[in-house]
Amino acid sequence: MLELRDITAGYERKQPVVSGVSLTVGVGESVGLLGPSGCGKSTLARVAALLHRPEGGMVVMDGETVRAWRHRAPRELRTAFGVIFQQPRLSADPRLKLADLIAEPLRATGRRTEAAASVAQWAPAVGLTADLLARRPHEVSDGQLQRACLARALVLSPRWLICDEMTAMLDASTTAALVQAVEDYRARTGAGLLAVGHDRTLLERWCDRTVRWSELREATGQAGLPDPAR
Amino acid sequence: MADPTPTAAAPVTWHRRSTHTAARHRTRSLRVRTSAVLVAAIVLAVLVVPLLVPLDRQAVDLTLKLQAPSWAHPFGTDEVGRDLLLRCVYGLRVSLLVGVVAALAAAVIGTAVGALAGALGGWADRAVMRAVDLCSSVPHLLLGIFIVAMFRPGVWPVIISVALTHWLSTARIVRAEILSLRSRPYIDAAVSGGASRGRVALRHLLPGVLPQAGLAAVLMVPHAIWHESALSFLGLGLPAHEASLGIMVNSARSSLLAGDWWPTLFPGLFIIVPTLAIAGLAGAWRERLNPRRRSELML
Repeated sequence: MLELRDITAGYERKQPVVSGVSLTVGVGESVGLLGPSGCGKSTLARVAALLHRPEGGMVVMDGETVRAWRHRAPRELRTAFGVIFQQPRLSADPRLKLADLIAEPLRATGRRTEAAASVAQWAPAVGLTADLLARRPHEVSDGQLQRACLARALVLSPRWLICDEMTAMLDASTTAALVQAVEDYRARTGAGLLAVGHDRTLLERWCDRTVRWSELREATGQAGLPDPAR
Repeated sequence: MADPTPTAAAPVTWHRRSTHTAARHRTRSLRVRTSAVLVAAIVLAVLVVPLLVPLDRQAVDLTLKLQAPSWAHPFGTDEVGRDLLLRCVYGLRVSLLVGVVAALAAAVIGTAVGALAGALGGWADRAVMRAVDLCSSVPHLLLGIFIVAMFRPGVWPVIISVALTHWLSTARIVRAEILSLRSRPYIDAAVSGGASRGRVALRHLLPGVLPQAGLAAVLMVPHAIWHESALSFLGLGLPAHEASLGIMVNSARSSLLAGDWWPTLFPGLFIIVPTLAIAGLAGAWRERLNPRRRSELML
């Protein structure tokens, strides 16, 4: 279980982007989070992936309260989340070839020897051919790059997947292929999924359950957003 | 007009703009080529002339003092009859040595400090950058003089003085660049992928700032040459008998009043021309690093 309890988070003091929001993702469950742009759903996704420390509230993972974020979080905890971001162009280091991009988490965690085999295993799973693996990010399309980013997120076999508008920049066929790859992974490993987006049709067909941002606010009985006049 | 079909205005303006860009491109490439040729000539002269010219740069011959340029002494002789061409080349040797080594050292210090401040962030960043502000509030020539004054005259004190006073701007550039890279999603992805702080810094942040740091280092070379000349001119750099461009300009001042122009002109040119040539090359590099200029260059 991944529980976000009464989360308040933001980037400047006293100006929270997210305030008093709670959300629970069960084991193996897929939850779609729908919301308009700018409402704070990406921030909530970053809090859930331990990439952004909230100002208030608790993140509870399998009954254990998370106490540290980013580098302070233990490596096993950080790597339990596979994160896919909205813009593949910005979420890929421009200097790394796609094969190195996919293998980077393995190298960073001291599993260098598994790199080649893992890339060979994951590239076909996300639909990347061998010639693409030798290219750098600027030499491939957004869709191809996002496939590599998905492979990078899956390579450490995370227990949770956080997809932050994963398919917002992509065409329908690539969207379908990526969602299929995520679902294949989940079917095999039973990983939980938090998919954030604003495409209701997609999220309702993809996820077991979709929640709207406004419902999250009502559920906690608090104002979800700060006064927009401020 | 040979073609009688009416043409729209748009292609004409496009054509004009493109010839304009082409003209600018030509002047720029002329500047780059001239700079490259000059730098190559300077490096060659510094390496080859001492081997080819069978004269001693320190040989004093008072019978030959203040000779105007001639075939025997192309740049003339100074007030104690030493060959100026040879002394200029040796002076340039010192200048280039100081320029390159000091700029490199300054770039390394600046990159290390800037990267540390940018990567750590928070109070460490604030403390380091306030210290940098504090250092830059002291005029750096003055600070350089203090540092040189602590040692005996020689090349290394000058290098140390220039390096220790010129890393500040590189530190600022590198820190700003790191701060902008740090907020990119690919850093988030690396954190989520289990990368340690050190790995994020060495694998993802530092390679991103190296072009900027390298450029800052090259732009620093002319500046360091000027500083070496200034310190020597003030009598603080090398020992007074050594061939250094600043010392030569200083000791030639008295003969300038007597109408002997060559002991001042040639060392002066040897300071100005190399610095302009190196700055010209660095400028071309800077334009290549700027994405907007790069897209223009591709036209």
